[in-house]
Amino acid sequence: MAKQIKVSLIGNPNTGKTSVFNLLTGLNQQVGNYPGITVEKKEGICKLSRGVKAHILDLPGTYSLNASSVDENVVIELLLNKKDKDFPDVAVVVSDVENLKRNLLLFTQIKDLEIPTILVINMADRMNRKGITLDIPLLEKELNTKIALVSARKKEGIDELKKLIESHALLPKTPCVDALSFAPDYFDRLKKTFPNQSLYKLWLVITQDVNFRKFDKQQVDIAPDFKIKSESELKRLQQKETIKRYQFINDVLKRGLIVDEKAATGMRAKLDRVLTHKFWGYFIFFMILLLIFQAIYDWSSYPMDMIDEAFAWLSEATKSALPAGPFVDLITEGIIPGLGGIVIFIPQIAFLFLFISILEESGYMSRVVFLMDRVMRRFGLSGKSVVPLVSGTACAIPAVMATRNIENWKERLITILVVPFTTCAARLPVYLIIIALVIPDEKVGWIFSYQSLTLMFLYFLGFGTAVGSAWLLNKILKIKSKSYFVIEMPGYKIPLFKNVVINVVEKTKAFVFGAGKIILAISIILWVLASFGPNENFNNAEEIIATEYVDLSEEEQENKIASYKLEHSFIGYAGKAIEPIVAPLGYDWKIGIGIISSFAAREVFVGTLATIYSVGSDEEETIKNRMAAEINPKTGGPLFNFASGISLLLFYAFAMQCMSTLAIVKRETNSWKWPMAQLIFMSALAYGVALIVYQILK
Amino acid sequence: MKTTIANLKRGQRALIKEITSDVIPLKLLEMGCLPGNEVQLLQAAPFQCPIYLNVNGSHLAIRKEIASQIEVQII
Repeated sequence: MAKQIKVSLIGNPNTGKTSVFNLLTGLNQQVGNYPGITVEKKEGICKLSRGVKAHILDLPGTYSLNASSVDENVVIELLLNKKDKDFPDVAVVVSDVENLKRNLLLFTQIKDLEIPTILVINMADRMNRKGITLDIPLLEKELNTKIALVSARKKEGIDELKKLIESHALLPKTPCVDALSFAPDYFDRLKKTFPNQSLYKLWLVITQDVNFRKFDKQQVDIAPDFKIKSESELKRLQQKETIKRYQFINDVLKRGLIVDEKAATGMRAKLDRVLTHKFWGYFIFFMILLLIFQAIYDWSSYPMDMIDEAFAWLSEATKSALPAGPFVDLITEGIIPGLGGIVIFIPQIAFLFLFISILEESGYMSRVVFLMDRVMRRFGLSGKSVVPLVSGTACAIPAVMATRNIENWKERLITILVVPFTTCAARLPVYLIIIALVIPDEKVGWIFSYQSLTLMFLYFLGFGTAVGSAWLLNKILKIKSKSYFVIEMPGYKIPLFKNVVINVVEKTKAFVFGAGKIILAISIILWVLASFGPNENFNNAEEIIATEYVDLSEEEQENKIASYKLEHSFIGYAGKAIEPIVAPLGYDWKIGIGIISSFAAREVFVGTLATIYSVGSDEEETIKNRMAAEINPKTGGPLFNFASGISLLLFYAFAMQCMSTLAIVKRETNSWKWPMAQLIFMSALAYGVALIVYQILK
Repeated sequence: MKTTIANLKRGQRALIKEITSDVIPLKLLEMGCLPGNEVQLLQAAPFQCPIYLNVNGSHLAIRKEIASQIEVQII
């Protein structure tokens, strides 16, 4: 294989860095994780010219090399470690022509690391509209770099960028500003002690609290007199450094960038006047939320029904096409229904990520944060908690990860703890099937049906519980953390179709494969447990039934055999064992099995019932009909009646039934304490509420 | 009484005089909130918090507690 040029894309958030990445790599990219942490690692391959390829790494967006989050740590850890396999041959700093001043701060820092650096000035198509003129040769000379003027939106300038990457050996490596001149004595001493090291690198190692290679850290630790005495002293020095850098940038841009204010036109001010308005801002946000829910629940029901039917058909077709036997049973009764239970989520997840990525790409999400901050703070949350709470309606896992940009640890922790209460997509199939079983299909007034109102109520219940527990946690938790909140308000942009599509595909894929593995594994295990029994009762079911019910028709006998077998299978005994615990909630042992299996992932519930009920049954029948026909042996009435149905709905609304979420919370809070607290509190709440409601309603 | 960003009215411009407090996050400084730079209040959420600013060409929003730590001179 030919040697690839290693390229790191670096830049502030909202500069269109990801658009440039998408343009360079096309669909030739993959998303993974950095080892041991949950920061997304995006990389791809770009063909530069005949036989020359570049490996492009899209580093997390950062405002400077003074890292304040895990995502930002990734950037400096890589750039300080020459031995890292991803250490770049060339760094490409992406900037936005409208925010050049601020974006150049990071650029000057990267230059100080003495890595060959290219400056991309993106969104060049907006220059005319904003009345901006650039003196590129002057900027290149002053910044000691090569500049590529790019418009990711119009796909312009990418070829020039590729050429610059290919000829990276010609790029100058020296810094463009002497930013460390604010404390000459200190840095002179440092230089004398470590003559072979770059000063800025040493400075970063001293000031940053990140996990560096042992080598560097030890070197500096040997000389304790270089340590900065206090937090406020450090801050004072970093402030001086930042001022130095801005002095240089201001001076360069005064000559290299001309803005004709008269020519500048912008939608920003006009849109902001409406979208951040004290009344209309909230009104519009509410309408957008309604639209999202409409899409998730109404529009996605059509493809979901089709998927449901397709899998029922597939199961049936496989059964008739293949010879009967335990292996075919495993496929038709275990694997296919299990897979169906995953695939059915795709439309909803895709819709949700579609909306979220459009809102983020357009710059609107920052306005929501601005509008909601005050309200959310009353509950111990931050305006930035809105994005996780909305994402939580798809899945708690990306939602917990989306809390990373909340700077205040207490607000972030509370957000992480309450997010699992929001109604995630995995609860939906459980809700839908139970609602269809126990809530009458009648209309109230003109538009609303009892069923859709119930669903809406469950959503409000999820949000309400999340916000209510946040309020409670805010009172209980005694955590002191500096409360600061800075959010960039980016300019409005029409979202790029390509970016949105790539984002939706990536996120959906991650969900389907992540959750899919668990669901598939569990459905296979369940099938095995339901298809074998610990004693002779299971194996001799045919004879036992045949002798006991001589008068029954063949079909009735077969049904008896099937349920007898299930009762005496491994899973049947397990269900019986926990029946006393779930009986006060109105459930039988089959529902009990469903609940146990869904402690790994709640979407497993429907799949489990599907597996349990389709074991031994031949007809192609939807699972709903089978559940409706189920009789509670104690009451003689239907098992799924109003009381047990509501009790089950509430149980699923509150219970913490998702191992993946617990795992991600452990990772993000770095302790088992918080996920365990979540598990215990939520499960106890779920059991208590379901118990009370069933006992009242029955 | 000192005039701070929190005292600005909508549309008003001011010059940042002094940033004294340790409470001010480095990130805010890096976004251009430094002495001598111009700041304009663009919009305030209900109850004047958070506030939406244009600082040195950067558009950002901060909470009232921080805004009231940044001394300015109205121009």
